[in-house]
Amino acid sequence: MQRRDFLKNSIYVIAGASIPLSALEFLDPREVLAKNPSIHWAFLIDTHKCVGCGFCVKACKTENDIPLEANVTRTWVERYVYTKDDRRYVDSPDGALHGYTESRVDLGKGEFKEIDPENVGKAFFVPKLCNHCLAPSCTQVCPVGATYKTDDGVVLVDRKWCIGCGYCIMACPFAARFFHPVEKVADKCTFCYHRITKGLETACVNACPFGARKMCNIRDINDPVTKVILNERVGVLKDEFGTKPQAFYIGLASEVR
Amino acid sequence: MVEQLAMHVHGEAWTVKELFVLPNEYIYWSIQIVMYPFMTGLVAGAFVLSSLYHVFGVQKLKEIARFSLVFSFALLPVAMMPLMLHLQQPFRGIHVMMTPHFTSAIAAFGIVFSTYASIVAAELWFVYRQHFVLTYQSLEANTSRSGMQNLWRLLFKVLTLGAMDLSHEALEKDHKAVKLLAGIGIPVACFLHGYAGFIFGSVKANALWMTPLMPVIFICSAVVSGIALCILCYVIVQEARKFMAKRKLSRWANDPNAPSYEKLQGAEKQEVMMVSDYLLYFMIAALTLELLDLIFRGYTQVKSWDILRTVIMERDFVAIFILQYALGNVLPFLMMILPGRNVRRTTIACALVLFGVFMMRWNVVIGGQAFSLSFAGFMHYHLPIIPHDAETFKEGLFGALTVIATPFVLFWFIAKVMPPFLKEESH
Repeated sequence: MQRRDFLKNSIYVIAGASIPLSALEFLDPREVLAKNPSIHWAFLIDTHKCVGCGFCVKACKTENDIPLEANVTRTWVERYVYTKDDRRYVDSPDGALHGYTESRVDLGKGEFKEIDPENVGKAFFVPKLCNHCLAPSCTQVCPVGATYKTDDGVVLVDRKWCIGCGYCIMACPFAARFFHPVEKVADKCTFCYHRITKGLETACVNACPFGARKMCNIRDINDPVTKVILNERVGVLKDEFGTKPQAFYIGLASEVR
Repeated sequence: MVEQLAMHVHGEAWTVKELFVLPNEYIYWSIQIVMYPFMTGLVAGAFVLSSLYHVFGVQKLKEIARFSLVFSFALLPVAMMPLMLHLQQPFRGIHVMMTPHFTSAIAAFGIVFSTYASIVAAELWFVYRQHFVLTYQSLEANTSRSGMQNLWRLLFKVLTLGAMDLSHEALEKDHKAVKLLAGIGIPVACFLHGYAGFIFGSVKANALWMTPLMPVIFICSAVVSGIALCILCYVIVQEARKFMAKRKLSRWANDPNAPSYEKLQGAEKQEVMMVSDYLLYFMIAALTLELLDLIFRGYTQVKSWDILRTVIMERDFVAIFILQYALGNVLPFLMMILPGRNVRRTTIACALVLFGVFMMRWNVVIGGQAFSLSFAGFMHYHLPIIPHDAETFKEGLFGALTVIATPFVLFWFIAKVMPPFLKEESH
């Protein structure tokens, strides 16, 4: 055989062999199900109903293996206090893990401020979690594609692929992300993906005694929660960043950032 | 016990929160991310300086040009070091090269960096090919070689890559190749660093970082810092050579062709004066852009200005206006433009400029994380000095010092193979 013929034939063989290999894509049944366009998860928070008990935070940390004593959390509750002399105080000690049992406000650095109940103009609680944005900036900036958005609208992190650069943490306008204290990778709320894909509620929705947190499939217009999002006046956090958050709020004050 | 467990949260060891800071907010990007743009800036700046001679033929810069090129090569691997040191999963760092996700500004790093590294390596090879061949030939001619010399012979043989032709035409081709590579290298060096600026400038969640000026500011300050470092190191090396020439040490003991003390001093003065002019031009550009950014923010007063003003004008006032602008920009600028400029004054000015650029990186990276996303709280950064675990070493003072020291160690080794002060054979 001539060298020219040998090379020619080799190219044919390689080219021929590569076609069926690329045609063969292994399909995971779960992947097919996740591509189902009839599901898109969304969250609804009614701030009027939240009392700051912190059960959601505890349930979330327990369900998702975030150490209770670690000062990071996938969901948290903020307290806003406005006094009659027009002062504003906000705090979220330990992310409200232990609930708001004290009336004094945490000012950081170990300092607290006692507020006279007579002087309180208005006060309310705002639960927060990952907004699972439609156009997330966190997945955009991940240099290795370790964080991604599923077809049913949930933003997840691949713990086996995350390099721990922290760019997604920096890019999130809501500070929903942090480094997992044990896994040493970026971590965030998953909408309890392991539960909702089995037809269960998220841990926080399940734990909320007042129905302040609700989840729905926003594509299902007969879902009562979807109806609220579509028919009532709801707001989202920080829409100026253009990430299109999918956690909707009832009774959102403009001061809540 | 509680404190020990709490330590596992990345960033908690050096972050102090004040007023309302969101629970997950910490200073995640610490000293190593200050070092990253600082070191890449030095790489890019040193290369641009060397290109002034190779591309634009500024003859007076002949000596410092080669010095900067070798130094730029020594700095190259160090540009990556801080990134590796700050990763939570350093062993997965290679994923950035292997599975880049191209919507991310960091993902292109692998490609830009390796392109730039190959250009510098190729340019160095063309500059030093003649030296490699001559060294190899002289070692080959030596019949009574020691074991060590055999190793050197082998090393230089490999380095020649088999291109032994030293004819006039071949050397001319070398020069052409150097010119071409240096020409391509300038935009690539600027891209390498401008893009480090883009990594910060494109973070829309961060009110201080997000500005399209960021890449340009980074490029200008990169060139400033690179030139300043090259002048500083060049002067130090020349002073050492002058010292040895005076006392007839080392090469000056037996080599009659070694440059005399006066010659060294003359060359040093000429090169330093010339280069510091370029330094001034780039300083003006860098300072103008930085001030433009600041003034623009103050004038437009968007939502974030309230908290930014508190950070810039009150909390970080000393770091920004005293250390960065006054000590790192204005003072060295005056030192270089006032009449009677000499080598010593320029050298001190360069050290101050380097400090100023470092403070600029610090104020951008740390300053950008000094306020909460809630715009209602602040975070203070306490640089870990005495390390008590791997994390506080890596992201502490000693980690930063390791990064600073490495290029000098590398330079020492590289200079053994590619001496920056090569006797002029045919250039």
